[in-house]
Order: sequence, then structure tokens, then C-alpha cells
Amino acid sequence: MKNWLYLHSHALGIAVRRLLRQPVGTLLSALVVGIALSLPAAGYLLLDNVASLARGVSGSPEISIFLSAEATRADIAEMEKRLAADGDVGSYVFVSRDEAMRRLERSGLGDVLAGLRTNPLPDAFVVTPAEADPALYQTLLARFGEWARVEHVQLDSAWVERLHALLELGKSAVLLLALLLGVALVIVTFNTIRLQILTQRHEIEVSRLLGATDPFIRRPFYWFGSLQGLLGGVVALGTVWLAVWALAAPVEGLAATYGAVFSLAGPGPLESAALLAFAALLGWCGSELSVRRHLREKLS
Amino acid sequence: MIVFDQVVKRYPGDYVGLGGVSFTIRHGELVVLSGHSGAGKSTLLKMIPAIERPTSGVVSINGQDVSRLRASAIPYLRRNLGLVLQESRLLFDRNVFDNVMLPLVITGHPPRDAARRVAAALERVGLAGREREMPAGLSGGEQQRVAIARAIVNRPSILIADEPTAHLDAAYAREIAALFKSFNEAGVTILVSTHDERLFMEWRPRRLVLGKGMLIRDLAA
Repeated sequence: MKNWLYLHSHALGIAVRRLLRQPVGTLLSALVVGIALSLPAAGYLLLDNVASLARGVSGSPEISIFLSAEATRADIAEMEKRLAADGDVGSYVFVSRDEAMRRLERSGLGDVLAGLRTNPLPDAFVVTPAEADPALYQTLLARFGEWARVEHVQLDSAWVERLHALLELGKSAVLLLALLLGVALVIVTFNTIRLQILTQRHEIEVSRLLGATDPFIRRPFYWFGSLQGLLGGVVALGTVWLAVWALAAPVEGLAATYGAVFSLAGPGPLESAALLAFAALLGWCGSELSVRRHLREKLS
Repeated sequence: MIVFDQVVKRYPGDYVGLGGVSFTIRHGELVVLSGHSGAGKSTLLKMIPAIERPTSGVVSINGQDVSRLRASAIPYLRRNLGLVLQESRLLFDRNVFDNVMLPLVITGHPPRDAARRVAAALERVGLAGREREMPAGLSGGEQQRVAIARAIVNRPSILIADEPTAHLDAAYAREIAALFKSFNEAGVTILVSTHDERLFMEWRPRRLVLGKGMLIRDLAA
């Protein structure tokens, strides 16, 4: 184990020296990797922010309880008592059939409704659940549906579902973008390592003559690729934070015009770590492919 | 012990590098390999650390058949051999200490013990105190001595040298030859190829003479 650590620390040292020996090349590679990674990272962050905004707005969808035509005033009073006592109910409003008709008339359907001899609309309760929990919505739907004199119970969440579907689509698009750019970054690292192998050909040959194993020769290249990826990850993280900083004030201003309070959130510690790890992993993959191909060619 | 048994090496185009060479070198011998350019000296030496593989025949080192060694086992064979090639093959972006240290890094030696060994090897070749110098600042003879220090730092039982004095003037060449003799006196088996046998004659070594890929003379010490 000690020997393994020693060999890795030696390989890491070589990789760091090689990176420092060509600061401009290292910087350019890190920028290429970083800018490419910042696109899917920013996309993910944007979706995350929209999702949290949607959670806030759609946190309390309404449940409409439509009563049957036979429901009496006593039935309505009984239901109101039950709703008031129900801990899962945050708030409720009773909308009488007359009130519903007035609202419909105000919505511009007055001419159509004028032809009706009787009011076809039912009395209804509009209930807001106590918590924004999809499982609770289903429980309440089932509970209200069992009550006597209830014709139909409906969860008014179609738009939320549409938004979630859009977010899912966005996530898939970001994932696809990340995959495509990931492949591009693997290719960038592949080529960088190929050039490294050409530059280090003499050292590789000498090391082999002195008894270096394949893992010994490969290790510095793995570290080099991973470090290059990691540096790219740091650039991507910096770019994303820069974008968050630049957009925070305009977004808050826009939200304020809608009477909402919303501020952009940057990547958290876990997301930052994941981005850095992903960047390093891409670098390692590029190194692995390049080393497998070119080292074998050079040394066979 | 180094054994060559009917070793043949043919290259593409039917060029014969070695045409059936057999000999045995016992532990502790000093053997000088000579012959004209193209006689097969380098080909023969390259077969010992498995840089080249024979087309037929057997090369064995201390009972191990090198000619059929798996590729993954070759590094471990080379760690037990000291190799000195015609060019010093030093790493010019590293100082003398790091160059000599390289075989010990490869074998994962503890740094403190490795540093002691490097110092001892450099002292042995007369370069004590020159650890921090870069190879480019050394003369050809000094560079070759660094290469020799690198070859002996792992304390090999066999030292193989391919024309180690080829590019050196007479004085440096004699120094290098004397170094090989001193290693031989310490018990190391030496097989050294040279164009100039006279450098080693005063120590009456065993002489193997190659001509056109054949062993044409084996003159005992």
C-alpha cells in the first residue's frame, strides 16, 4: 500500500511538472474543457432554479370538490365542518352554484349561458392542501371522493404536470448536451495525451529499458489527463458562478415585476463536487483511450 | 549465468543478425564482445534484456528462459540487469541525482534508502558532489559515468554494456573500462561490447569475437 501510494505520488508529481512546464498550453486546454463543461452545467443549474421556482408556485395546487345536485344546505354545512376539522386541509372556499355561474358569465360566456333555463353548475369546495406533497393530494382525493353527496373530485394540477414534463424534456436535452460535450472533451484529452506521449518518447523508452512496467509508464498520463479535466472543471465552476453573479440582479428585478421574490441559486457543494469529479473522470477517460492506443504503438 | 544456445535472429528481408550462436558465461566473468560493425554484437546484447527476441534458439539468464518470457515479466528481468548503451540515454530535463534515482523510483524504493544508494553509486563512478548538475553541463565521459551509476544503482548481478566507450576520447574510455573492471572485482558479471579490445586487455578478459552473425572465436581468459 505504501509503495502504491509512493508510486502514485511520484506519478502525480511528474504530471504536475508537465502541466507547469507549459503554462499557456495548460491554460488553453483548461479553458476549452471549462467552457465546454460550463454549457451543460449552466443548463442544469437553470433547470434546477426553474424547478425550485415551480415547486414554490405549485406548492399548493387546489382540489375542487363538486357536490351532487341533491346536496342540501345541511350536507354543505356538514362538509364544511369536516374540512375545518381536517388537519390535512390548509384552507378551503365554498363556491356556490350561483357564484360559479356569475364567474362563468364574467369570463365572457354570458351569451351562451343566457340560453340555459336552469343553472347546470354544481356547488363546490375549493380546497388547498396543508402541505405540497403529491402523496397527500392523492390521499385527499380518495378521502373526499368517499363522502356522500360528492359527485366528482378534481386536482387542478394540469399546468404543473405540463411544467414538469417540460422540465423533464429540458433535463434530457441537458443530459444529451453533456454527453456530446463529454465526448468532445474526451477527444481533446486524447489528443493532448497523444502529444504528451510523443514529447515524452525518450523518457518512456529509457524507463522501459530500466524495468518500468506498463502501469508505471501510464500513471503520469492518467494523472495528467485527470488534472487537466479537473482544471477544466474549476474553470466551468467559475464560469457558472460568474453567470449567476451577473444574472442575479436582472432575474430578481424581473421576478419583482410579477410581485414575486426569487433569486438565482448557484451550484451547491455537492453539485460542485460532482462537476469537478465528472470533469476529472472525462480527463481520465481521454487519457486511458490515448494511452492504450499510442503507448502500445510507440513501444511495440 | 548467461546461456546462448543455437540462437538465430532473422530480420525481415531475410537479413541474418545472428546465425546460430552458442556460449555460456558463468557468474563473475568479465567478457569482452568484439567484432566489426554489423557483426551482431548489439543484436546479441539486446537479447539478454529481451529488447530483441530470437527467431529460434534459447537465451537464458540464471536459468530463466528469456526468449519465451511473457511481455509483462520483462520489466522484472530488466530490473536485475544493469544496462549501459552506446549513447548515455540520460534524461536531460532532470539532474544527475534524478537520473541515477530513476531505476529505484521504478522499483518503488523508499526515498531515504534510494538517496543513499544514489550517493554511493555516484561516488563509485567518481561523481560524488555532482548530484545537482544537469547532464547537458557534463562532458561525454561524465555523462557515460552517470549512465553507469544508473546501471549499478540497483546492484545488479549482471552488467551489460553496448559500446560504452564508443564516443569517448582515449582517456575517458580508459576510465570507463577501469570502472567495469572494478565492478567485476566486486563480483558482477560483465558483458561488454567494444570496437577497441585493447582497453580491457590488461585484465585478460574472456573474448567473444563475432563475424557476420556467427561466433568465430571464444578466447578464454
